[in-house]
Amino acid sequence: MLIEPLFALLLADYLRRKVDPRQVDYDIRQYAIRGRYIAIGLLILDVVTNSLAIDMAIRLYVVALMWLVYSRKELHVGRSLMFSMIPYLVASFVGDVVEAIDANFYDTYEYVFESANLFGVLWFGAMWFVNRSQRKALERERIRREAEETRVRVMAEMKVNLEAEVAQRTAELQQQKEELEEALEELKHTQAQLIHSEKMASLGELTAGIAHEIQNPLNFVNNFSEVSVELLDELKAGPLAQLPETATEEAEELIGDLTQNLEKISLHGKRADGIVKSMLQHSRSSAGEKSEIDINALADEYMRLSYHGLRAKDKSFNATMETDFAGDLHRIAVVPQDLGRVLLNLFNNAFYSVSEKKKSGAPDGYEPQVSVTTRNIRLTDGRDAVQIAIRDNGTGIPKAILDKVYQPFFTTKPTGQGTGLGLSMSYDIIHKVHGGEMKIDTEEGKYAAFIITIPA
Amino acid sequence: MTMNILVVDDEADIQPLFKQRFRKEIKSGEMKLHFALSGEEAVTYLASGASEVVLILSDVNMPGMSGLELLQHIRKSRSTAPPFVMMITAYGDETNYRRSMELGADDFLTKPLDFNLLKDKLKDLDAHG
Repeated sequence: MLIEPLFALLLADYLRRKVDPRQVDYDIRQYAIRGRYIAIGLLILDVVTNSLAIDMAIRLYVVALMWLVYSRKELHVGRSLMFSMIPYLVASFVGDVVEAIDANFYDTYEYVFESANLFGVLWFGAMWFVNRSQRKALERERIRREAEETRVRVMAEMKVNLEAEVAQRTAELQQQKEELEEALEELKHTQAQLIHSEKMASLGELTAGIAHEIQNPLNFVNNFSEVSVELLDELKAGPLAQLPETATEEAEELIGDLTQNLEKISLHGKRADGIVKSMLQHSRSSAGEKSEIDINALADEYMRLSYHGLRAKDKSFNATMETDFAGDLHRIAVVPQDLGRVLLNLFNNAFYSVSEKKKSGAPDGYEPQVSVTTRNIRLTDGRDAVQIAIRDNGTGIPKAILDKVYQPFFTTKPTGQGTGLGLSMSYDIIHKVHGGEMKIDTEEGKYAAFIITIPA
Repeated sequence: MTMNILVVDDEADIQPLFKQRFRKEIKSGEMKLHFALSGEEAVTYLASGASEVVLILSDVNMPGMSGLELLQHIRKSRSTAPPFVMMITAYGDETNYRRSMELGADDFLTKPLDFNLLKDKLKDLDAHG
């Protein structure tokens, strides 16, 4: 009985399990299964027959299989197993050959051959175990390395993800920073506006307070000067007539001068009174009731009123008036008298500006022009609003005085022609009464535009 | 007949002004002016019954008893033959105007006083009152 077919069986089975089918371009499993069947067939053949020739044929088959394992690269995993079979194969082969040649010699030394065979089997068994434990260690090492590789791959993936995330976060932060900067800019702007309007408001109150205080003494000045004129008239009609002829002339002259002085006091007192009255309009500006009116009509009316007012004073004055009204303008609640005062003020200023430009050597072909535009707009906070823009191509406002124009008593007009209260009052009416805004767009010597925004 | 007028104002300078403005009327005996520098003084004067005052001209803003309090006092205490009361307030003081009317002021004048208007009103009062 031979062990070789068992070896062939083991080797074929081993190859079937261990050779990686992906590295072989033929179907290794199919071949291995065939090899196994042949090995089983040989095992049976070996059991049922007892012929040296058949034994040799079996050996030849096993050696051929082992040769294949040795020579073919893809089958190298089976090499150590194959090598461990060699000692037994050789011992068994030599034993059989010796027995065939000299049976007596073989019988005499049978124990030697038996021992050699046993040694071969033991050798194979020992090598099998050694290989097995080595293979297991290698397997463990391989698994460990694979785990390591997986870990490294996962980490690399994580790193890529992390970088993408960091980039995204950085972009978000950058955007936030920009938004914050924008918000800060807006806040600063709003703060400046608030400070400005607060200043204007306190100036307005101060103005009204001053006016109240001045009013009483001024009344006395006016009243006493008036009554003094009456007293002088009485004096002239009564006691003066009884004076001797020589003194009359001089007395009348003196009385004439006194009367004239008193009239001057009265005249300038009245002028001061006019100023005080317009100052007091500051504090009165919130008295009116709000109502929804046609702002286009109001603007048109006051533009004409202003124009004809100026024409009445100066016949040579002329200017083109342009209107650009939004037909579907929101009807918003305003105090008509107050808004009218604002519009009148702005139109007066506009017409004054163009007439001044024309008088003070404007280029030939200069066409004085005043225009009014109304528009529906939407404020940044989403509220609807109405915008009224009054524009003239007159002298414009120099940059240096731009932040002074709303101050009470600031005027560029000659003494006696302007109180310097018009824009101050307009500012108050738009800001305080209507919660709106007034802006100026101007270029010195070219144009000025006052833009009123009133929220609905 | 002499018309007795009481002028109540904390400004002393109002006195020569009235005297000079109504010089002719005072001279001819049509009118007699009395003055009080405060609401309290006016109340005392009215209570003394020194003369039958038919017209009181009173400022609203005065230290101590205000013109409105004086008006209230007069309307409460003198039910028979009530005097005619005109209140004088600063220009454009709508709240005081309304209060004066509510408390029963007969008329209302604004500072600065327009004496021609006042004279017309007095003539009217003389003719009808």
